[in-house]
Amino acid sequence: MEHAPGIAFQILQSVFVVLAAPLLMGWVNQCRAWLQNRAAPSLLLPYYTLAKLLQKDAVIARDASPLFRVTPYVLFGCMWLAAGIVPVLATDLPFAPAADVIALVGVFALARVFSALAAMDIGTSFGGLGARREMLIGFLAEPAMLMTMFTAAFISGSTQLTTIVETLAHREFAIYPSLAFAAVAFLMVLLAENARIPIDNPTTHLELTMIHEAMILEYSARHLALIEWAVSIKLFAYMTIGFALFVPWGIAEAGHWGALPLAFASLALKLAFAGAGLAVLEAMLAKVRLFLAPEFLSTAFLLAVLGMLIHFLMQS
Amino acid sequence: MVSPLAGALAVIVGWMTIGLAALVPAGNAFFARRLAFPLGTFAGLALAVFGLQALWMPAQQLILPLGLPDLPFHLRVDGLSGFFLLLLGAVSAGITIYATGYFREETADRITLITLLYHFFLASMALVVLADDAYLFMVAWETMALSSYFLVTTDHKIPAIRSAGFLYLLVAHLGAIAILLCFGVMHGGSGDYTFAALRAADLTPAWATVAFLLAFFGFGAKAGMIPLHAWLPEAHPAAPSPVSALMSGIMLKTAIYGMVRVIYDLLGSVRWEWGIVVLVIGAATTLFGVLYALMQHDLKRLLAYHSVENIGIILLGLGMSMVFVGFGQTAAGALGLIAALYHTLNHAVFKALLFLGAGSILHATGLRNLNDMGGLIRKMPVTAFYFLIGALAISALPPLNGFVSEWLTFQTALQAPLLDHGVVRSLLPLFAATLALAGALTAMCFVKVYGIAFLGQAREPEHAPRAAHAGPTHDCGAAERIGMAWLAAGCFVLGLFPASFLLMLNRISTALIGGGLPDSALESNWLWLVPTHAAKASYSPLIFLAVIVAVTLLAFFLVRRFYHGRVRVAPPWDCGFPAQTPRMQDTADAFGQPIRHVFGPLYRMRRELPGPDDPKPRFVLQVEDRHWYWLYLPVARVTNLISAKIGLLQQGRISTYLLYSFCTLIALLILVR
Repeated sequence: MEHAPGIAFQILQSVFVVLAAPLLMGWVNQCRAWLQNRAAPSLLLPYYTLAKLLQKDAVIARDASPLFRVTPYVLFGCMWLAAGIVPVLATDLPFAPAADVIALVGVFALARVFSALAAMDIGTSFGGLGARREMLIGFLAEPAMLMTMFTAAFISGSTQLTTIVETLAHREFAIYPSLAFAAVAFLMVLLAENARIPIDNPTTHLELTMIHEAMILEYSARHLALIEWAVSIKLFAYMTIGFALFVPWGIAEAGHWGALPLAFASLALKLAFAGAGLAVLEAMLAKVRLFLAPEFLSTAFLLAVLGMLIHFLMQS
Repeated sequence: MVSPLAGALAVIVGWMTIGLAALVPAGNAFFARRLAFPLGTFAGLALAVFGLQALWMPAQQLILPLGLPDLPFHLRVDGLSGFFLLLLGAVSAGITIYATGYFREETADRITLITLLYHFFLASMALVVLADDAYLFMVAWETMALSSYFLVTTDHKIPAIRSAGFLYLLVAHLGAIAILLCFGVMHGGSGDYTFAALRAADLTPAWATVAFLLAFFGFGAKAGMIPLHAWLPEAHPAAPSPVSALMSGIMLKTAIYGMVRVIYDLLGSVRWEWGIVVLVIGAATTLFGVLYALMQHDLKRLLAYHSVENIGIILLGLGMSMVFVGFGQTAAGALGLIAALYHTLNHAVFKALLFLGAGSILHATGLRNLNDMGGLIRKMPVTAFYFLIGALAISALPPLNGFVSEWLTFQTALQAPLLDHGVVRSLLPLFAATLALAGALTAMCFVKVYGIAFLGQAREPEHAPRAAHAGPTHDCGAAERIGMAWLAAGCFVLGLFPASFLLMLNRISTALIGGGLPDSALESNWLWLVPTHAAKASYSPLIFLAVIVAVTLLAFFLVRRFYHGRVRVAPPWDCGFPAQTPRMQDTADAFGQPIRHVFGPLYRMRRELPGPDDPKPRFVLQVEDRHWYWLYLPVARVTNLISAKIGLLQQGRISTYLLYSFCTLIALLILVR
């Protein structure tokens, strides 16, 4: 059983990410409340909300098709899968070779397509509007995301997150200008993909501006709980992808139990900083008009492409 | 054991016999209606088996004593033709069994004609792939063009379909002339038009480039690449749906076959500059194809524009491969060729599936305009299920097949650091960026198609009253289901077991380029798709699917175990908005609105907003293909102008014509002594 420690790490990480993700959400909300001079809700509020939602009876619209009821589970499954690929705690996980960064982007795309389809299922005006906007954000964010991944892939000569992390973590400390560009682009994509300010406002229910919230209007109870949970896992996964690409230090290797406490500690530290940073960003920025979102994201795309070109320039 | 060449020939003869047999008992359509298409399906399956067999065997040749005196037909089957025979056989089997059900209600005279043309079309495509001399190739190519022309104009009483057919015929022949000239350039005056002679001919780089350009644009006209694509969105929707599926799924691929055959095999020494030409055109084709697809509300036109896009994706793979081969990087070149060929097969499978789905909608509801549909998933759950698989596959979502070939194309682009040329090296990732953008836009387009047609509430048909179709909407019949299930299974098999196909395609690239994938890529087992080395990139769709299904089910059972499955059914909430009508849903055009906003300058748009005091307000929007206005219409005008000038010669009086003859004679007497 040479794979046993690896599999143990794999299961540990997947379960940990799913359980810890709402905590990150709670932390971001808490920071934001402090910045807005409000009394902060409990750090555990997302868990209470999930528990409350799971206990309620689901209300489903009259004409909902099976697709509508399957989608929350598919979303949750996709995000759980993503949590298994990203080297959150450890690299070289046994499942990691099954999907590289391109497949990872594909998983997020799969989740997006399903949520957009489910939004159009009931046939309400807001559902279609949300789906259309989400796909607009998606088609702009996805190439930008791929290009940042490609920059890292070119530097490390691989699209495997494990190899990327190992190459980037073990290089001598030097500033890669291409990585700096990629980092900015990645941050912009992270904001857009996770429906944060300035692209979308996760707390809004103002009909005319909402994107993600418009898609899940018809969901309730356990379905809504799963979607909310999936959203928090997505944020967690994106942040840890960012750590893996740009601050890859402290991640353990699968099977090395000794390195695990350090991995946990560094992850907690990074997430605390990233979550607080996200709250600061959201407090400072205002949501932009929908049709400025393409400009925002094409900037991200161009930055990522520039990063890639700079990599080639520096090499030759 | 039948040799693949003899077997394929038998299938061709079989298809032709089926076509002719449909005519024999005149006025009796029993054979055409009941037997012809099932028999054709078996012939297709047999052809797929022979193609698969040919892939693993050395090339075989045969000379048929047919054709003109002293000019027999040469046939040859090697790995490349075996692959395209497999594609043709396997995909046509699904389409043909579907056609059994689809054409059941046709009148007797129409069904006999359709049966004849349909099977001749199939046979000619197989002959194109088998041909080993320019003569037979052109004969088969023209038979293919003509039989498909008559199939496109099946409903020739509608003027729009007649003009679509004419445009198709015109572009097809422009392409055919370019191909003919290309063969002429390649044979270099030796008088021998067998492919063996063309392969042996030694061309100067300049003439080779001329031959490449002629072949690229000649075959490109058939493949529907920009800017020669305009016939495609007209002709493919005009044909009956199984024929649209054949044309989009298979016929376009014969053009890809022609390109690969001429560029890699006959011309040999590939130059990287050619690859750049292919890449630029491929990128333009990809982007324009998907952007115009997003603007369509006619389902079949939309699918046709997606065929344009997918041809662009294939060209991107092919172009990258040519660049790498041109720089002597055979391993990366092989990867690009494999990606292109794999996408060729994948596109054939999912596009055929989607066209068949569109055909089922058309049959059941009489609707083609997305803005008239809605909520079909409740009335046609089976079609909806298969269409969803096709839509996910074309959107390049894992773990289905479209993702695999795009993944391989990305991996090819990521080999760019191997190149010595600085500019080209940084260009390749930009083409990969185009592909990424196109892939995401495709996903948007198919969310639109699926969301508008199958989900939501039924819309009131405005554009096509459904008087012709009395009775409630029904789901598709058994034969249609089998056809779609076969193709949907293909999407899964190609998506989940890519490593086996990689080995197969590697044989083709080894034969054509003289080098295949590195050993480190080939020693991985069937579970893993590894393009270069396991440490660099790998993908295992089967594990991927297993995990995603496992965690989804786990989530489901955990929720059920610890909580409950209680459901209350209620009216839609929609933010508490009280009066909801189906008219308030997005239309297909509304869904494309963000795209019109972002990519506005790329379209030719006409918008009329009603004024505030208009008693009968009507919003008019027309989006047209720009290529019509900068290329096709000017060319048509110039052609008309020249013809009008030449037409002045024709006076219609015999004395004038005698005068012309007299002047010609005098001129000849002076010039020729």
